[in-house]
Amino acid sequence: MSEAVLILGATSAIARATAAAFAAKGHTLYLAARDMDELRRSAADLHLRYGVEVRYGLFDAEQTETHATFLQTVIEEMQGLHGVVLAFGYLGDQQVARDFSIGAKVIASNFTGAASILSHCANYFEPLKRGFIIGISSVAGDRGRQSNYVYGAAKGALSLYLQGLRNRLFASKVRVITVKPGFVDTAMTYGLPGLFLVASPQAIGERIVAALDKSADVVYLPWFWRYIMLIIKHIPEPIFKRLKL
Amino acid sequence: MSTLITPLSGWGRYPVQTCALARPERYVELKPDSETLIARGQGRSYGDASLNENGRVLLTERVNRLLEFDKAQGILRAEAGVTLAEILDAIVPRGWFLPVTPGTKFVSLGGCVAADVHGKNHHHDGSFGDHVLALEMILADGSRNLCTPTENAELFHATVGGMGLTGIIGEVTLKLIPIKNDRMIVQHHRTANLEQLFQILQNPAVDDRYSVAWIDSMASGKNMGRGIAMFGHHAAAEELPADYKKSDQSNRSRSIPVDLPAWVLNPLTIGAFNALYFQREGSKQQPFVSSHDAFFYPLDGIGHWNRLYGKRGFVQYQCVIPDATAFDGMQALLQELSGSRRPSFLAVLKRLGVQGKGLLSFPMAGYTLALDLPIRDEGLFALLDKLDMIVMQHGGRVYLAKDARLSAASFRAMYPQYEAWLKVKHAVDPHSRFSSSLSRRLQIGGNAA
Repeated sequence: MSEAVLILGATSAIARATAAAFAAKGHTLYLAARDMDELRRSAADLHLRYGVEVRYGLFDAEQTETHATFLQTVIEEMQGLHGVVLAFGYLGDQQVARDFSIGAKVIASNFTGAASILSHCANYFEPLKRGFIIGISSVAGDRGRQSNYVYGAAKGALSLYLQGLRNRLFASKVRVITVKPGFVDTAMTYGLPGLFLVASPQAIGERIVAALDKSADVVYLPWFWRYIMLIIKHIPEPIFKRLKL
Repeated sequence: MSTLITPLSGWGRYPVQTCALARPERYVELKPDSETLIARGQGRSYGDASLNENGRVLLTERVNRLLEFDKAQGILRAEAGVTLAEILDAIVPRGWFLPVTPGTKFVSLGGCVAADVHGKNHHHDGSFGDHVLALEMILADGSRNLCTPTENAELFHATVGGMGLTGIIGEVTLKLIPIKNDRMIVQHHRTANLEQLFQILQNPAVDDRYSVAWIDSMASGKNMGRGIAMFGHHAAAEELPADYKKSDQSNRSRSIPVDLPAWVLNPLTIGAFNALYFQREGSKQQPFVSSHDAFFYPLDGIGHWNRLYGKRGFVQYQCVIPDATAFDGMQALLQELSGSRRPSFLAVLKRLGVQGKGLLSFPMAGYTLALDLPIRDEGLFALLDKLDMIVMQHGGRVYLAKDARLSAASFRAMYPQYEAWLKVKHAVDPHSRFSSSLSRRLQIGGNAA
């Protein structure tokens, strides 16, 4: 049985750490993203540190028409897949709420692109009756806030999509795990003011891989974000709309 | 790229300066800026070499991948942000070791090149730069430039020991040394005074691939320079006892949780510690088996040991004095120190071999002394100026990777190849895009903005 794991969006700090955590457990890897030079570097690194076979190839979340062929190629190269980690995402910039051309990219990457590749992955795993899909969503998808609601809406949609997919694939014994990281020390958050309890990418990567050995379907990382978001979700809307979050 | 504006210091925690940090995660993001910039790996230089007050500091810690490893030849190519600890994890199980290692493995590969670091084997194997086969440099014009000891050799020799001022070190290709296992065979020799210490360090019958001496900095008078000379080499297979275990998992790591009050380290406590250390370590007169960590990185087991010296930080004063004048020079330095009643918690003496080709490299054939001196008051700086005078009178120099306070004039006197270095600097970085607090303090590379 194949032990290969496909990492989609493999150049981000969280993805790199997750890939390392899988490699440390002996999994072979396929790294996919747009930046081939970065993939080449990370693939060499994981191979040298962990001694596992690491392949890589071009994947663009927004080019949905390429996804079927892409996945087919990966499956052939790796002689089957054991699991998939969807780690890509695009935050946009300060203008995202006012300029829909940026907002459209945020939605195309975080949701449309994700839904596209996940549908192909689901169709692959369903008849095999095994495998896993880990989708990295965000706590930003739990409630819309003025500071990042386009990103939040796209990630919230991804969370709902994963929920439905989990329901569909339950009968086929395919694990679907939704991961919702809080603040993580990555390029996305570096230098931002007002962050607290920031987790390292390594800690998040290890917890993501560890989630496969546990039963939870929705994993907040670190764990306390479940309770932070519980409170945030329960603030009544008449109050919430006045807050500067 | 977003930046983090924050107070920053080196390992000595002096000086503390406000810098704008950028932390790239992709190789292409290692590039110069319109403002002045200095690359910083793990921030393990002691003073202001990796600071750029009110300017940009480029953290390389996330551009840290191993790229290529020739297991037969022991040749490793890696991104410069990787630490020696990470490299060791990958190479030691495959039978290779670093050709040169400083006293901590929590340093970046790029930092080792920029400071042309040395280890306990300099008298046999030279400095770090002597084992670098190639560098990929990212220059002020944004170009990537391969340089080796023979190709673009001027840039290579200006970069080795060049304190990051010629450009950003992107990738390093390093020649490793083979080892049979992960153990060291170590032997200690107690010495009663400085004369004995010098004698034993240069005695070929006692010498080994690695050597270092600990000096009891509190001993004075006829005991001045009493210490322990330590020798070691990588164990051959037949030197290990039958019950040798492949690796010891006694991964004890302790940490200093807070700044200690400044009074904790005083002549009394340091004297007591030194007496104990002298007794305990000096009694190991028979060869014994040691781990890499215990032999090369004794302080790495204590996280944040720089907090021992209190909130105001400390200066590590490291100098080298050439062979011909080394004994007199060291004697004069230790006399000045013990007369000052400023105790040094750590005093280490090492032998250095022939000078390498790095134009601003520190090592020269002779002896190097390193002292850790906590900053209690401004008086320390007057003492250090006196030590500079002694070093210069004896033809020596101070190590820039440790320095926080040398004067520009003393730097010029200590580094005679500076003019040759400056020619290369002007050729590759005419507008001084690469500049640090250290380079401005020592007026290295012209008058930067």
